Amino acid sequence: MTTDTVAPRRPAPPSLAARAGAALSRQGVLIALVLLILFGALRYDNFLGEYNVLSVLRYNSMFALIALGMCFVIMTGGIDLSVGAVAAMASVVSALLSPQGLLPALLGGVAAGAAVGLINGLVIAKLRILPFITTLATLLAAQGTGLLLAGNQSVSVSWDGLFVELGQGDLFGLPIPALIAAAAYLLGSLALNYTGFGRHTLAVGGNEEAARLMGLPVERITIAVYTLSGALAGLAGVILASQFGAGQPTEGAGWELFAIAAVVVGGTLLTGGVGSVGATLSGVLLLGLIFNILNFENGRGVISLSAYWQSVIRGAFLLVVVILQSRLTRRQAP
Amino acid sequence: MADTAIHSTAARPPGRRIGDLARTWGAPLALVALLLFNAAVTPNFLTWQTFFVNLTQVATIVIVATGMTLVIATGGIDLSVGSLMAIAGALAPLIFGGSLFGPLDPALGVTLAIAVPILVAGCFGLFNGFLVTSFGIQPIIATLVLFIAGRGIAQVMTNGNLQTFSNPSFQWIGLGRVFGMPVQAVLMLVIVLAVAWMLRATIFGRHVLATGGNEPAARLAGVPVNRVKLAVYAVSGLLSGLAGLIVIAINASSDANLIGLGMELDAIAAVAVGGTLLTGGRATVVGTLLGALIIQLVRYTLLANGVPDAAALVVKAAIILLAVWLQRQGGTAR
Repeated sequence: MTTDTVAPRRPAPPSLAARAGAALSRQGVLIALVLLILFGALRYDNFLGEYNVLSVLRYNSMFALIALGMCFVIMTGGIDLSVGAVAAMASVVSALLSPQGLLPALLGGVAAGAAVGLINGLVIAKLRILPFITTLATLLAAQGTGLLLAGNQSVSVSWDGLFVELGQGDLFGLPIPALIAAAAYLLGSLALNYTGFGRHTLAVGGNEEAARLMGLPVERITIAVYTLSGALAGLAGVILASQFGAGQPTEGAGWELFAIAAVVVGGTLLTGGVGSVGATLSGVLLLGLIFNILNFENGRGVISLSAYWQSVIRGAFLLVVVILQSRLTRRQAP
Repeated sequence: MADTAIHSTAARPPGRRIGDLARTWGAPLALVALLLFNAAVTPNFLTWQTFFVNLTQVATIVIVATGMTLVIATGGIDLSVGSLMAIAGALAPLIFGGSLFGPLDPALGVTLAIAVPILVAGCFGLFNGFLVTSFGIQPIIATLVLFIAGRGIAQVMTNGNLQTFSNPSFQWIGLGRVFGMPVQAVLMLVIVLAVAWMLRATIFGRHVLATGGNEPAARLAGVPVNRVKLAVYAVSGLLSGLAGLIVIAINASSDANLIGLGMELDAIAAVAVGGTLLTGGRATVVGTLLGALIIQLVRYTLLANGVPDAAALVVKAAIILLAVWLQRQGGTAR
């Protein structure tokens, strides 16, 4: 048997079309974002105005933080459904601590989130229960704990300290929450691309058994990503409390799905092993800008789009993006 | 140490035997224990009224969870069930109220008000299945589209308004009695038994399990995988539509913002506690019924004994995790 009767093992070099498709699917979300910004800038006078840009950044920084944690979790092949409830619970904790000053409120909220994340990680890694179920259960538990701590109502924050500055203040002319989110994305991107932790995270998501056999501390990585996700959700909760002046135990419902949508729109595969921090940020901004543009449409009074139409349009947009993505990835790997 | 964790379930026969026992008899035993506890502790537990209150509260969850069981058995998930309930619930009063098709003969109006919303919800379910099969989109994302857009559609149809009504012949499906049993409890039992029989005794049932067990293998063996998936998402949609109608019939009002809110979590929890593998390939509809009854009874027990609803959420979370962990001890789970 000669070698040339055996099917060649090496894949054929990708054609130009395939490579263009691959590049497009990598940069697709960025292209869509640029197109959307161009559309907005041409259509509305104040779209790129300082006020609009800053308020989009301020409001979406909470979602950006949650999506960053979700991105790491999804890269390991897991999912974290608890983030919205954790943010709500953390907002209550930090509102309750806000009379003690900025630092206790900040640390308390983040620690509360990290604690739930740690529980998620331990249950998933040690008891080996599916992430979906584990975080579904902690979603309920965090919701209940938040309501218990708040006594079933929102808890107003103390207005005489620095705490409200965290969500409402500016630094160097930029909203503080946006700066926090930017720093988190910078650190997240560095961690993913230049540290062992990042490579290990992708390895666990790519093939958990192989990663284990290679001697990677799979359990510790799993625990770390869920704790990180919980801590970032906690931070988002702290910003929520500060921005709205109250801890909101019933806020945060559906945030987890928004974060998953942002991560997926950013091209991260739900099966794990692939992911990009930058594309996740693009995904968050894309979904956030659609909301923003719909508000502008409302303001023009040309088409009166009620709040109800907005979720229909957001769903339709998500549909278009996932269909395009499935087309592109299919062309990439037939 | 890390290595034993992977194989521990296979290497410990006694633990496995306990796990098998827990899986087979855990749910019924837990239910019996709960019943005995309540009979001893909770005042007025052993009355028909308590029995019917629990049955009517659990019926919609069981009906939705039965469809969810089929979807999960194929290895999928359906996040859109709550939104589909809202669409069906918003549609029905528009029909018998005459604002959709104009004034109708009362009998025809009620018939259409039951048939059309259920069929519409079924079509949306079919749409979910279409996204999963034709575009190869992961079920959690495919159904996320309608989770976001579906409630918006319901709100757009009603302009977000609360629709109150009094239509005894329509409300029969939520308030009526058959042989002294609440109608929705009868519907629930009929549906559970029919689907359980279908899974056990029909070729379609075997195709469902084969698809979830090993999709490529099932495809090679000639199972019409895509058609099976389309069917289970459609059934899930139909059953969600029915559940939406029952909810508005009980309330004598339809609020698109609230119908079915959080139902996807309740249904998934019932399926998980009932012992259906969330990775697909094995399903027990009777288990789902027991799972939903356990969750309902725990909540009732806590509320009837003065524990606040928020704390009941935390206990519910612990029960879900405990139940799934016990099933995991059985070995084959993953």
